[in-house]
Amino acid sequence: MHEMALAESVVQIVDEQAHKAGSDHIAVVWLEIGELSHVEPDAMRFCFEAVAHGTRAQGARLEIDRTPGRAWCHNCASQVHVTTLIAPCPNCGGFQLQVTGGEDMRVKEMEVT
Amino acid sequence: MCTTCGCGGADAKVEGENHGAQHHHHHHTHDHHHHTHDHHHHHDHDHDHDHDHDHDHHVDGNGDLHFGNGLGGTHVPGLSQARIVQIEQDILSKNDHLAWHNRDDLSRTGVLALNLVSSPGSGKTTLLARTAQDIADRCPVAVIEGDQQTALDADRIRETGARAIQVNTGKGCHLDADMVRRAIGQLKPEEGSVLFIENVGNLVCPAGFDLGEAAKVVILSVTEGEDKPLKYPDMFRAAKYMILNKADLLPYVPFDLDTCVDYARRVNPTIQVITLSALTGEGMQAWYDVIEAERRQLKVRLEAGE
Repeated sequence: MHEMALAESVVQIVDEQAHKAGSDHIAVVWLEIGELSHVEPDAMRFCFEAVAHGTRAQGARLEIDRTPGRAWCHNCASQVHVTTLIAPCPNCGGFQLQVTGGEDMRVKEMEVT
Repeated sequence: MCTTCGCGGADAKVEGENHGAQHHHHHHTHDHHHHTHDHHHHHDHDHDHDHDHDHDHHVDGNGDLHFGNGLGGTHVPGLSQARIVQIEQDILSKNDHLAWHNRDDLSRTGVLALNLVSSPGSGKTTLLARTAQDIADRCPVAVIEGDQQTALDADRIRETGARAIQVNTGKGCHLDADMVRRAIGQLKPEEGSVLFIENVGNLVCPAGFDLGEAAKVVILSVTEGEDKPLKYPDMFRAAKYMILNKADLLPYVPFDLDTCVDYARRVNPTIQVITLSALTGEGMQAWYDVIEAERRQLKVRLEAGE
């Protein structure tokens, strides 16, 4: 999935919100990016810096909180922590996993000055 | 530019679209803000909150002064106060909202939309051209063709007699809900038709973008590695169906069909697999059965008023 388009969405969201907040400068943006989401944090940082240029988010620091990947294992009937979509269940080694968390991609909040 | 594949988003072109249509797009995007509950909420909240600070006097509607709303809950003379603005908005919320509208509009008119995704060269366009010809007597077929450049694929589809429109994404590596919305506006698929959306050849980026389709169909050809479901798990997880194309070449390539299906089910235990050759026609009936089953489900949902 493409981080440039996602970074553009992030900048659009925070730029609009800063405008509504009457601020011309965003200092920090906090994102919540799940371990199983489609986003590579380093690529997001790189793209954010590029697309923030010329907006209220120019020069803003990007803080990314990773939310843990969670899945329900149908094999051993337990809630487990997984870091990739291809990892087996850490308890039983099975692959009958249903992802239950860690796919989120959210703009949480920002600090404006 | 993106480190992955260098996409930009702003230079997508939809065949046949004039300036007026683009204007409409902007208008619609604007509408979006009025629909989204979250957005409204934040707007109201932020506005009230900001009002206290933006006029430099920290004065509220009653004339009271508030200096303690900064980060540290204190006031520093001569320094503007940094403030935290809560947003809590999904990064893809705009795309998802437009996709919701696409899905709503399409299902209202009984149009089944299938989003076809694969790497370049898997045979998507050959599959579509054959499908468009073979099912034309059962239902109208319309096709949205996504590529970075050229209208070659749309031309190929139009040669079959089906209606097609090309969307060039420019530097973009995936279709998004807004592009599809504009393409639907141009194409105006007939009531009860099947709308195939051929996404840009790319097993990474299109995975997370909902276009408003009924299902994603991932196409993998047997000339590719059987380990692709493990290498690109996001896409195989997002898809409801996996088509293994170019099955006529199975005797000549070291592709292990069972291993491939096993890998796909590791990332998506419920994925349904269809093995076929769009070139020879072998196995195509199973694909047409899937299309018919999806059309029936859509009809049932429509009649149930969902």
